[in-house]
Amino acid sequence: MESSPSQSYLNSHTSPKWTSGFMSWFMSTDHKRIGIMYAVAMFSFFFIAVCLGFVMKLQKMYPASSGWEIIPPELYGSFFTLHAIIMIFLFIVPGAPAVLGNFILPLQIGAKDVAFPRVNLLSFWLYLFGAVMAVVGILLGGADTGWTFTPPYSINTKTISIFGVAFDSISWMLTAAFILGWGTILTGINFIVTVHRMRAKGMGYFKMPLFTWSIYATSWLQVLATPVVGITLLMIVIERIMPVGFFDPSKGGDPILFQHLFWIYSHPAVYIMILPSMGLVSEIIPTNSQKPIFGYKSIAIASCSIAGVGYLLWAHHMFTTGMSDFAAILFSFLTFFVAIPTAIKVFNWTATLYKGSISLTPAMLFALAFIFNFSIGGLTGMFLGSLSTDIHLHDTDFVVAHFHYTMFGGAAFGLIGGVFHYFPKMFGKMYSMLWAKIGFGFMFIGFNALYFPMLLLGYYGMPRRYHTYPDMPIFNKLQMASTLGSWILVTGVILVLAVWIHALLKGKKTTEVNPWNSSTLEWQTATPPTLFNFEEDVEITRDPYDYEAFRGEVKAGTAAGANNV
Amino acid sequence: MSDTAHPIEHHRDDEGTRLGFWLFLYTELFLFAALFLVYAVYRSAHLEDFKLAAENLNTTIGTINTIILLTSSLTMVLSLDALKKGSVKLAKTLLLVTFALGMAFLVIKGFEWSAKFDHHLFLQTAKGIAAGEGSPLFTPGEEMLPVGQVLFFGLYFIMTGTHALHIIIGATWMLIVFFWMSKGSINQDNHGVLERCGLYWHLVDVIWIFLFPLYYLIA
Repeated sequence: MESSPSQSYLNSHTSPKWTSGFMSWFMSTDHKRIGIMYAVAMFSFFFIAVCLGFVMKLQKMYPASSGWEIIPPELYGSFFTLHAIIMIFLFIVPGAPAVLGNFILPLQIGAKDVAFPRVNLLSFWLYLFGAVMAVVGILLGGADTGWTFTPPYSINTKTISIFGVAFDSISWMLTAAFILGWGTILTGINFIVTVHRMRAKGMGYFKMPLFTWSIYATSWLQVLATPVVGITLLMIVIERIMPVGFFDPSKGGDPILFQHLFWIYSHPAVYIMILPSMGLVSEIIPTNSQKPIFGYKSIAIASCSIAGVGYLLWAHHMFTTGMSDFAAILFSFLTFFVAIPTAIKVFNWTATLYKGSISLTPAMLFALAFIFNFSIGGLTGMFLGSLSTDIHLHDTDFVVAHFHYTMFGGAAFGLIGGVFHYFPKMFGKMYSMLWAKIGFGFMFIGFNALYFPMLLLGYYGMPRRYHTYPDMPIFNKLQMASTLGSWILVTGVILVLAVWIHALLKGKKTTEVNPWNSSTLEWQTATPPTLFNFEEDVEITRDPYDYEAFRGEVKAGTAAGANNV
Repeated sequence: MSDTAHPIEHHRDDEGTRLGFWLFLYTELFLFAALFLVYAVYRSAHLEDFKLAAENLNTTIGTINTIILLTSSLTMVLSLDALKKGSVKLAKTLLLVTFALGMAFLVIKGFEWSAKFDHHLFLQTAKGIAAGEGSPLFTPGEEMLPVGQVLFFGLYFIMTGTHALHIIIGATWMLIVFFWMSKGSINQDNHGVLERCGLYWHLVDVIWIFLFPLYYLIA
């Protein structure tokens, strides 16, 4: 089934004043345009941070005693801080909700837009403003505190002066993070209200697609957790400017208290990062297996229980701070507990594949890689969640590798897969399947070649955040393997971005409504969608993943399916 | 392909907006909750110092301010009630009274703060200390207040300061609402904005109700 492209959102506008060029995007309250603006900004930042990571890995190719130095130690400290600030605050926290949550969520529930379109645009502006602030801070002064801004170091560390004026780039970047936080909160509120109030007729909660469920759970976390870290970061700013000792032990403050307040947000934040990608995988896998997802309700409930339990286990980041044994045991138990709903999801996805008719589209490859990488990431998390092994592994490369297995191999792979999945719907253009798959191959192999050696390095005692290491055969070999892996990975990232840009500029135009033959609602709108998404009011009568009923509808001509199925 | 524009027709969903606004209020509450948590931790660690430091605060002024703020919440509710019943003029007057009470609170707070400044119980910037503009609290070398009292005043200024900032935001919002009411875009049928402005004001009030005893009444 084809649709007419003339009235798509790409040539209709929400405001009569701004109908062409840059302003037609920048002033648009259309959720689809806002999603794409986020995508452009976020993936640009992503690429910058990848480059920083690439240089750090290059630095570690040989030990310093061999005379190898790409960047000096101080700059290395600055690099890992900036890499993390960009990746976390500008890329993966807004992440899938900002890009695909904005674009797909209203389509999935049959709404014309989000609940508060203007607030949605405000969120984007806050994001952009905060991002520009952070980048200016990076360029003018940098920071070497790590993204956690742990006091008392973050209170006492000096920043450089520019043009004779002392520029406190750390306070500046903390303020930027605070502003970014408000953008996230407003997005979260927007999505919660959208899901509550704007579902199509007949769409009960347990008829919502699973991506919507995961965004819904994520939004609650955003609203519940972000304000705490916002005020905590501001307290560091206040402490840097005025001599109040909130967190400085020499003035009576308690640095451990900061860590509690920080992780109360920043642990749920990793679920803010991963849950939407889990939702995307839950969309990609049934579509490319052409069968209902296994255990729909358990996945939906798992999303919510991950969000709920994930809120309560922050102190497992702090086992080595000397907190009470009882608290440590409790937080360790909760850490193991959250693995249960996570594992339920993994089993459900693999069970969905069983006897499915699987097509290995690029999106599907990324989704399968998600399961593989995320399983390693999740299981290594259990090592860190057990009290005794954590003492050995804390603050080593093992932690870094674990985090990247969940956040890069998991969240980012899921997001990239999601973009491949929805690309034709978003732009009405098709990318090169072959090059997308080649890009995936490089990314998957490079990713594992880069991070698996780091798990071993950490196990052998390599501390994180060090710019070099002693000249020992075991370190030399693993570091070399890791650096070579980074080259393959960067090639893959460049290929994937190039495939997207090429498709946007020169890709084959498509108006096919449902190219992957998916049963969920978002694939029934025109390609690209019209301004208000649906021409008529939608009514839902079946479960979102009921492929049997869906095939019947396609046969009867009441739903759009793929031409070639 | 011709470019077309479709101005969004504003479909009103009062229920949805109310839900969204309550969620927003919740985040504001959590912002303060973190500060209250810090307060609780340090007060339990420096119980005696907090008591001694609190003696520097004037309970009478605090009580007057509490009464002012509670009254302003009452006039706010009455204003909304008047608007719902259709008497725009009364609603506008009551809103102005609320605004005036908010300003009165700020003025009194300002006097209180400047009295603290006169007694050198204020937050000295790190730069100022380096330049030798010392206060008895923080000048190195001289007799310093115990850290517990320093923490008390630090928290006092930050928490009442954040609270005052919210008062300013709420009062500004009232002026905007007043303007819209004069223009007629906020009226009996469309009173959502005044309602939300009121909810925000009550939140500011509720936070003060906790700040007042925790700072003024523990001496």
